[in-house]
Amino acid sequence: MGEDTRRGSVTGRMWATLIAIGLVASAIGIALGLSIRWFPVAGSTIAHKIDTFWDVLIIVSVPIFVGVTTMVLFSIWRWRQRPGEELLDGPPIHGNTKLEVVWTTIPTIIIAGLCAYATILLLDIQSAPAKGTRIINVTGQQFAWTFSTVENGKKIQTNELYVPVGEPINFKVRSLDVIHDFWVPEWRLKVDAVPGITTGYSLTPSRVGNYQVVCAELCGLGHAFMRANVHVLPAAKYAAWVQKVTTPVGAAAVGAASNGSASVATLGKQLFVAGNPSTGTIACGTCHTMKAAATSSATGPNLDKALAHDPASAIKDSIVNPNTEVVPGYAKGVMPVNYGKTLNTQQLDALVAYIYKSVHRR
Amino acid sequence: MAAKLTSPGWYRALLYTVLGVAFALGLSAGLRAIFNLDPVYAWQSWVTIALLMTPLFFLAGIGCFDYWWRWARGRKVVDDHADHGAHSWRDYFKVNTDHKVIGIQYICVSFFFMFVGGLMAMLVRAELAQPGRQFVDANTYNGLFSIHATLLIFLFVIPVFAGIANYVLPLMIGAPDMAFPRLNALSFWMLPLAGIIMLLSFLAPGGSFAAGWTAYAPLSVHQPLGATFFTVAVQFAGASSIATALNFLVTIITMRAPGMTFFRMPLLVWANFSTSLLVVIATPFIAASQFMVLLDRALGFNFFNPAGGGDVLMYQHIFWFYSHPAVYIMMLPGFGIISEVLATRARKPIFGYRMMAFSLLAIVVLGFTVWAHHMFVSGMQNWIRIPMMITTAIIAIPTGIKIFSWVATLWRGVLKMDTPMLWAVGFITMFTLGGISGVMLAMVPLDIHVSDTYFIVAHIHYVLFGGSMFTIFAGIYFWFPKMTGRMYNERLGKLHFWLTFVFFNLTFAPMHLIGVQGMPRRVYDYAQQFATWNLIISLSSFVLGLSSLIFLYNMIVSWRAGTRAVANPWRSLTIEWQVSSPPPIFNFDAIPSVVGGPYEYGVPGAVHAVFKGAEVPSPVPAGVDASPTPATEH
Repeated sequence: MGEDTRRGSVTGRMWATLIAIGLVASAIGIALGLSIRWFPVAGSTIAHKIDTFWDVLIIVSVPIFVGVTTMVLFSIWRWRQRPGEELLDGPPIHGNTKLEVVWTTIPTIIIAGLCAYATILLLDIQSAPAKGTRIINVTGQQFAWTFSTVENGKKIQTNELYVPVGEPINFKVRSLDVIHDFWVPEWRLKVDAVPGITTGYSLTPSRVGNYQVVCAELCGLGHAFMRANVHVLPAAKYAAWVQKVTTPVGAAAVGAASNGSASVATLGKQLFVAGNPSTGTIACGTCHTMKAAATSSATGPNLDKALAHDPASAIKDSIVNPNTEVVPGYAKGVMPVNYGKTLNTQQLDALVAYIYKSVHRR
Repeated sequence: MAAKLTSPGWYRALLYTVLGVAFALGLSAGLRAIFNLDPVYAWQSWVTIALLMTPLFFLAGIGCFDYWWRWARGRKVVDDHADHGAHSWRDYFKVNTDHKVIGIQYICVSFFFMFVGGLMAMLVRAELAQPGRQFVDANTYNGLFSIHATLLIFLFVIPVFAGIANYVLPLMIGAPDMAFPRLNALSFWMLPLAGIIMLLSFLAPGGSFAAGWTAYAPLSVHQPLGATFFTVAVQFAGASSIATALNFLVTIITMRAPGMTFFRMPLLVWANFSTSLLVVIATPFIAASQFMVLLDRALGFNFFNPAGGGDVLMYQHIFWFYSHPAVYIMMLPGFGIISEVLATRARKPIFGYRMMAFSLLAIVVLGFTVWAHHMFVSGMQNWIRIPMMITTAIIAIPTGIKIFSWVATLWRGVLKMDTPMLWAVGFITMFTLGGISGVMLAMVPLDIHVSDTYFIVAHIHYVLFGGSMFTIFAGIYFWFPKMTGRMYNERLGKLHFWLTFVFFNLTFAPMHLIGVQGMPRRVYDYAQQFATWNLIISLSSFVLGLSSLIFLYNMIVSWRAGTRAVANPWRSLTIEWQVSSPPPIFNFDAIPSVVGGPYEYGVPGAVHAVFKGAEVPSPVPAGVDASPTPATEH
């Protein structure tokens, strides 16, 4: 008789306990899930909407997992085979149509609800930018980003991204070689930079600060280092920055130098710090530390150390043929090999002269 | 010696391999000379052609084509079954037509590549234990995670399921062998070749293939020679897969024992029927995508070069049209295994058998409608994301039906909590987590943020490790007595389960968090903020890796010296357990006759099949007349 009771169906009291355990475990799970700081800070106006959606997903998901696990553990606890039951079989239950209808219908309703929510949210996120929205062109190439925009009728090109806070921006994303992915985790949106087509998205940065563009699509050896700094500035500071970079002295040096009017040193420094995005020349400072230029990236070797004893000819060779000799501890193939093509003779000589002078001064 | 070089076997295979390499050199140099290309001896061209040709020479040498070749020339062919069945361990290293030998060959070769691929994962985790560079460079690192995924997907999960089914499925449906035993042998022998080519890519100048297992163009087009090894290896693994799937389909459709209607088939048979449909329809797509990459690489085609009119996104559409169904190719056979293990261990019929079978077919159909959910951030047209999200989410419904039905199968059973059962219930819980994160990923607004992050890495490992891998372990332990005639060590089996279960979760659960926090995948260096979690993950993964050595030890020692297994140690009703362990060389001394469902546990006096011997009229489906029935042979 005792045997039969233990193997029998589930009593009302057991059901009550089981449901109570399920509810408590779900509550704990949800509380835990919501208390974890999952996301980086919310840096755009849509970020908190996605974070809220995540919370909803947690609230829906936890009870499903808890339910399945509770039932499995309960079954094992109550009906595991004990000594003497080796030849026993369970009752031949082949199915239960009502139950099957229930566990088809409930997930269908949940799925329909989530899909509706996601669709509304997605349409909100990808709604077309208003006319007159500031456009920033984002160009990826192995392994650096270039950003260009037009302010006050003047074109600005940089290797770091500067945006004003609180204003909508339309990013137009392109690639010069393989697929990259333009992602600022704090903004929550990403899109691939695809060779041959223009992709993009619009958003409004909502939080002042410094972030990073992270390349999220494997693009080769330097993928892990394909980062760029993002500066979200208050309107006044942004205007000041625009003012600074559009004044002819520094920023126009690259273009002006081809007219032969700027000094060689200015041209060299300009190429080192900002590169020349119109030809695909990535700024040396994006990856290298060099005191004189006030750059501090550790992706490539520190030039103050690596080139301290090199003659100008060796520096030139390292720029044009970066894989011939690589500083121990750094990988071959990370530094772009196209400097020999993208720089003209005058620019290359200016850059070499500038680097030589910078790393050899006492 | 001359006889050894002219008859099928390893000597002739090695000779032919050398001939194949020489032939490739001749072909390459000859063509280049004709077209006046300089230099005539271009080693990249030679290697590319050799990769495509030499495996075929090897297959001819080892003896995969001898019978067909003789038959095609009208010579007398002897069906003496000299190549059928294993009489010593040496027979496992030869071309063999016995589905049981081929099954073991598949399983052992797959597990070899599992251990190699697993070792690569250990190296990946060692590199990631701390930020900054530890001991491999970026090129080696990219190669390690690329080949890790490639081996475990194409050389382990897909073929090990084919191996288990190869062994078990003909026995389950009461067939003496697969429908096409020689094609079966050819399918197997293509597999180690694919794996070896994949590994050889580490020796290629410029480093191994390193564009991720997804091999997105144009990165894979621009890579050094190692990427060619990948494109070719995938062709051989794919061809092997397609041939086996055809074999399963024909076997299941035409060779079921009398009385075995489709709705009396064990669910493992249903699962492999569904999987084979997926393979036959989808696998040609990845073959095409890799041939296109190969043509871009080798002959300057412009499939994926926008400057030449090519289309970069096209690669991803073709690739995922295979590779999403491939997710189910890697999961449905496991569903079948779990159903077998649960019914036997819970001593109950599978709850809702028909819905279990129909939900498999529903997944097959829906599986072809969701591929672009891998491309929500790819830059394809925006509107298509919503329908793809909805179809993806709908797949959760048949999958949910399966999970709930398994749980209901446990309900009121007599649960024997031994090793296969632990893996099965472990699978149910872990796969539920993988399914839940799958639904989350289907939701476009969230997917945009977590795409290409460690959240994806966590999800795929919950599905393929907590899902597929757990079912594989369940299946291997479950059928170990049938395959080897020995019992495995139960204590070691349980130890293996608990270590794996705990450290699997410690390894992969935190990846959800660092993914959402913003750590991209496929990077060999990361921001300082992720350092603590990555160290925990790496340390856990090492224990996870070590736990597989317990499995290896258990398998080897038990196979050599385990206690003898009886024919039916689990008191199962399905047909494979009604014959000796291991089964006789032609499976059945008398063709079984199926009289009931496969899982009638608890029904007094229920049987699934009876052996009435020669009285049972044996079905003679088209094409099996060459393999005589056991009655006439012995």
